[in-house]
Amino acid sequence: MFGEYSIGDLGAIFAMQGFAGLILFSVYVLMALGLAIIFGQMGVINMAHGEFMILGAYVTWMTSNFFQTFLPSLFSGYFFVAMILAFIASGALGMLVEWALIRHLYKRPLDTLLATWGLSLILQQAYRSIFGAREVGVELPQWMMGSQHVTETIEVPINGIFVMCLTLLITMVVAWIMYKSRWGRQVRAVVQNRVMAGAVGINTERVDCYTFGLGCGIAGIAGSAFTMIGSTGPTSGQLYIVDTFLVVVFGGAASLVGTIASAFTISQAQSTMEFFMSGSMAKVLTLLAVVGILMLRPQGLFALKVRK
Amino acid sequence: MLIGHQPKDFLLAVEGLTVSFDGFKAVNDLSFYVEENEIRVIIGPNGAGKTTVLDLICGKTKATSGAIHFRDKDLTKMKENQIVQAGVGRKFQTPSIYDDLTVFENLEISFPRGRSVFGALTFKRDAVVRDRVEEVAEMIFLKDRLNMSAELLSHGQKQWLEIGMLLIQDPDLLMLDEPVAGMSVSERVKTAELLNTIIKNRSVLVIEHDMKFVEDIAHKVTVLHQGQILSEGTMEKVKNDPKVIEVYLGH
Amino acid sequence: MSDNARLVNRPELLGILALAVLLVVILPLTLDVFRLNLVAKYLTYAFVAVGLVICWGYGGILSLGQGVFFGLGGYCMAMFLKLEASSPENTKIQSTPGIPDFMDWNQITELPFFWKPFHSLTFTVIAIIVVPAFFAFIIGAAMFKRRVGGTYFAIITQAVAAILTILIVGQQGYTGGINGMTDLRTLKGWDIRPDHAKIVLYFFEVACLFGCIFIAQFIRRSKLGRILVAMRDKEDRVRFSGYSVANFKIFAFCVAAIFAAIGGAMFALQVGFMSPSFVGIVPSIEMVIYTAVGGRLSILGAVYGTLLVNFAKTSFSESFPELWLFGLGGLFIAVVLAFPNGLAGVWSDYVQPRIDKLMRKKSPKNGWTDTSVADGAPAE
Repeated sequence: MFGEYSIGDLGAIFAMQGFAGLILFSVYVLMALGLAIIFGQMGVINMAHGEFMILGAYVTWMTSNFFQTFLPSLFSGYFFVAMILAFIASGALGMLVEWALIRHLYKRPLDTLLATWGLSLILQQAYRSIFGAREVGVELPQWMMGSQHVTETIEVPINGIFVMCLTLLITMVVAWIMYKSRWGRQVRAVVQNRVMAGAVGINTERVDCYTFGLGCGIAGIAGSAFTMIGSTGPTSGQLYIVDTFLVVVFGGAASLVGTIASAFTISQAQSTMEFFMSGSMAKVLTLLAVVGILMLRPQGLFALKVRK
Repeated sequence: MLIGHQPKDFLLAVEGLTVSFDGFKAVNDLSFYVEENEIRVIIGPNGAGKTTVLDLICGKTKATSGAIHFRDKDLTKMKENQIVQAGVGRKFQTPSIYDDLTVFENLEISFPRGRSVFGALTFKRDAVVRDRVEEVAEMIFLKDRLNMSAELLSHGQKQWLEIGMLLIQDPDLLMLDEPVAGMSVSERVKTAELLNTIIKNRSVLVIEHDMKFVEDIAHKVTVLHQGQILSEGTMEKVKNDPKVIEVYLGH
Repeated sequence: MSDNARLVNRPELLGILALAVLLVVILPLTLDVFRLNLVAKYLTYAFVAVGLVICWGYGGILSLGQGVFFGLGGYCMAMFLKLEASSPENTKIQSTPGIPDFMDWNQITELPFFWKPFHSLTFTVIAIIVVPAFFAFIIGAAMFKRRVGGTYFAIITQAVAAILTILIVGQQGYTGGINGMTDLRTLKGWDIRPDHAKIVLYFFEVACLFGCIFIAQFIRRSKLGRILVAMRDKEDRVRFSGYSVANFKIFAFCVAAIFAAIGGAMFALQVGFMSPSFVGIVPSIEMVIYTAVGGRLSILGAVYGTLLVNFAKTSFSESFPELWLFGLGGLFIAVVLAFPNGLAGVWSDYVQPRIDKLMRKKSPKNGWTDTSVADGAPAE
């Protein structure tokens, strides 16, 4: 299939598709970060994670409409406001869900999976009732449109660069929170020994609640980024949940670097292959490769050997 | 194949055994030999690597280097269930039984027959099985509790049940990790009695802190310290070894 | 006292008889053909649910990809029926007569090699069993031998379901794509579409279902059933009782896969088509909820759970389509939070004790719910 292209063409194609995959990469990283925090730190599988992302996307859409109607002069800056609102909305919903549902199920991971799936169905129907079944799209502000010409054949979309920088920033903030802040130490203490953490005065229930909220909030930001690559509908989130889980598992559940590396690998593989074959076959091949590798190396790419 | 490596009369030959967890050597170049029908006790301070040694022998932990020969088999290359089938039985430190099954079913599952998938599917609870289960149940003082859910047993009874499960397995090498820990005084006495009957006609490897108990049963004692052998020999010899007194018995 | 060699004890026998009377006598006599047909369609999912009782309820292996096996069985059957429906006489208006219509639409001019054996009914029946079992074996061996289980396994099976759906939809020249294989007509010349054929197929299906129920019951009552229970609780300990945990898990997963595939084949026969919408993530996880509602430890409960959820789905989505997803979502949450043992649990906790009281029986709880795994008691 590479036959009809010259080496130079191929280089340009790979580079362009690579940059085109940046937003997908960002969405994967943000979704996977949220999932990895919840799964890696709390052992909970959140099947409704995609719906938390879509909540963020809807919030972004509403914010952009609001700015367009009432504050057209400030429209160019709506995205930053939308992102923060998306984080707050998804995070708050996440904390509510943790309090009402998840905390009763910490010892039954497989049951959490079913319960959160039920939650995802309810959320999907709620979105359909509130926002309608039709998909909605967000208009980009002027400065994010267009692309930067790097060479004659390679051009880079500006929104891709922007979203990726944002993603890296958020990742660094999350890394700081989890590994450097006092709160992050509490989270890790709870992960390692819940009883002991409780005994030394950490409010484990509150830590769980905030952790879950943080994970869902990041999914909300992923939703903001998502509005740039696709239109938002009630079931859009469901399409991403399996991919994101594979990203998390592929990277090794507890490793931040692993999550980023695997998000990069998977999004780039898919984006590059999409140029040469239909999107669905690209997806099949990507997923097959990931599942195949996971069968050979189930602990993921970046897992530590620990004494059990 | 490797019989030349070891004198024939050793049942278990551990040679140059090392395991490291991220650079930390929990067991370091350890060698010892257990003969047929020998009762060997391993003692040592906490963190000396005693439980890890048992984990390595029964396949729960994989060795970094070294060899464990059981008769003519190399245990380091075998899976847990194959090691059990070869004749090594292990009792864990905390009672490890099947809570959702009855006492009878716990013992029956340990009966060494029908261990393949189709063997289990076609397994018949015939007179041989029933008699053996009842015989063992009598030995472990649980004859009148056969139909009770194992979950409802007391801590001591659970320990006995696990010993019973090993007994019915009829291993050639029996490994016990602190069999009397967490028991009441009367339970201890009964357990010691029980252990004295089940250790006959087989080799036994015991981890124990109760020195009185050790003196009663041990043919030979191995003292571990920081993953290595500090001293080895009869209880009398070990007790008088100044190194042992310093790191362990002195406290 | 009871002997474990016996397949069922008395309450279980009564439960099976009650289900048989319901399915063989009451429903066919009271429902019209249309409704009976719906029941037949629901019962195809009951095969999956019964398999999940063994695999998930007893083995603790949650597969979110049972739709894959349902689909494999269904597509094997559908391929045979489609080939029979695509005889050269029936398809003479096509540019290439004698091949399925969707192939013709996709400019395929020759029957692909993997379609050819499906001219034979014998091969098809064997394939319905062997193909899913083989797939389950590969997935199971790869995962369980490396000690991957629990949530990881659930996610991988889900990914497999996603892959197969995308593949079927994408390769429409070979599979019929999103529309699936439609217009299935005859089985060895016997028309499967008229009402009387549907009724014959219904009884055939019920017979197969009871076959699966008895196999499941046999597994549950054998020592293998008790090993599965032990494994669910303390997997590591089972290894030290001398059993290869992976092999037992693979077996349970393969049994569930075969049951699901039989259900899928029945679906193709009974409903007359097969499409990717019964393969993917959503149908797969819905099949899990049937088992959960019925009670994950109860074989018969799984059948009732399947029927109930599907009846609710049909009547709700006829009258209040928006409410159905809320209802289904709520059902997932309620079953998990409040009734982890499903209908069977409710029965054994609330209904059975009252019946016992009424009957003044002294026997302890041992209803048709299989909560008391302990009752394989020894003879005295």
